[in-house]
Amino acid sequence: MGLLEVIGPVMVGPSSSHTAGACRLALLARHTLLSPPTEATLTLHGSFAKTAKGHGTDRALAAGLLGYQPDDARIPEALTLAAREGLDLEFVTKDLGDVHPNTVQFSLAAEGETLTLTGSSLGGGVVRVFRVDGFEINFSGGYHTLLVRHTDRAGVIATVARVLADDAVNIATLHCARGSHARGQRGGAAMMSLELETPPSAHVLAYLAQLSAVAWLRLLPDVMQG
Amino acid sequence: MTLYELMAAPGRASEAVLNDTTPPEEQSALLTTMRGRLGEMRSAVRRGLESDAPSRTGMVGWNAKTLWERPDPLGAPLLKRVQAYAMAVNEENARMGRIVAAPTAGSAGTLPGALIGVGDELGFTDDALVMPLVLAAGIGDIISQTMFIAGASGGCGAEIGPSAAMAAAAVCELLGGSARQAVHAAAMALMNTIGLVCDPVGGFVEVPCVSRNAFYSVHAVAAAQLALAGLESFIPPDEVVSAMASVGRLLPPELRETGEGGLADTPTGRRIALQMAK
Ligand code: SF4
Repeated sequence: MGLLEVIGPVMVGPSSSHTAGACRLALLARHTLLSPPTEATLTLHGSFAKTAKGHGTDRALAAGLLGYQPDDARIPEALTLAAREGLDLEFVTKDLGDVHPNTVQFSLAAEGETLTLTGSSLGGGVVRVFRVDGFEINFSGGYHTLLVRHTDRAGVIATVARVLADDAVNIATLHCARGSHARGQRGGAAMMSLELETPPSAHVLAYLAQLSAVAWLRLLPDVMQG
Repeated sequence: MTLYELMAAPGRASEAVLNDTTPPEEQSALLTTMRGRLGEMRSAVRRGLESDAPSRTGMVGWNAKTLWERPDPLGAPLLKRVQAYAMAVNEENARMGRIVAAPTAGSAGTLPGALIGVGDELGFTDDALVMPLVLAAGIGDIISQTMFIAGASGGCGAEIGPSAAMAAAAVCELLGGSARQAVHAAAMALMNTIGLVCDPVGGFVEVPCVSRNAFYSVHAVAAAQLALAGLESFIPPDEVVSAMASVGRLLPPELRETGEGGLADTPTGRRIALQMAK
């Protein structure tokens, strides 16, 4: 943990993992969508499932989906505010298997798009997303995260890396995953997550987005500030 | 950096932490942010001492204010101040108020209780508390490289334990302790929290958490006192951290923040859980 993660975040209580961390995971899910979600099914696992109400996890998740930061004074009212904003929330509890005890899976629908995203709150407000739309990628929300859904073919990763390099953007971490198609069978669906130390410029994002191999991309903000 | 390396730092331990973690050009911004977080801590203390509004469960909410306003039969104003400050923060937290996780929200009262409590009692300015706060962060950072700091990962010994270790080092440095003394203060605080279970009643960060912060902020001050007298942890500090982590991992899931064991699994604890589930 960095110094400001240890002494921080500044947050609405009562739990850094179950309230602030939950809010951050939901913020990452919110920013992976283009528009605000209208329907959300939140599957809670382990300690999240057992103590969600007591720790305000339900409100914190709703707050993050509404775009609120972990120190937003509206978090205690987030369930009511979600209903008012037209966000239909459903909470279910389920054993998601061999994952961290504080894990949540978001199944979201927004205008013209759907998303599933799974992540864990590791403690002290630190989080990790490890699955998006079934792809096993990995990011912490502590950088500018670039998510790219692309075609699984030679050169795509190199192109993305080169274009970022030309923009003097340093890549901190890179994870790539292909869909469930068989090994050696190219041209299937793939995703990569890149954690970037500085945000790429708008024209770089626009250039990457129009590449034929790129289905879509999203730039997620650093949610660890504050 | 290990605690062993930190202990050998020539100057103040906080300076070693700052130089090890933060490039020179970013140090002043970091200190400004830390100063801001200290202000947030102080404001949580103030709100907590003024309010006796119960939390949603009704289990806590008035403890800090009650203690603060009562006479002090022990004649130990420092003790009272440290406990009241610590509980003030945790009761704010339980009311879904604004606090600074240090390192977690459940343990958020221990460090301000000890550091701001001692600072106020002995007449230090807030500026004097900033570098000790950096040291506290550094100790937490080092511990987190061995063990995720959370009741869910290793029980309360992996949550209040690190917070008490951080607070002990900070108070030790505030009172003029060397790097070696500050690290030993942290180690002595940590070695005496090993095995503490995480058993929040009903899953709420209230009981035992609020009183636990009061106790372990005093515990941190006690560790600083021993270290300032030159006493040391016989087990090297880094080994104490490993022991904390291995004991934490041995704890059954019931005692790691699931709200299913210990105090949570008493007739009263189960009744609260049932009541709040409705
Ligand atoms: S009992 Fe659990 S929730 Fe409460 S302070 Fe300790 S670790 Fe945190």
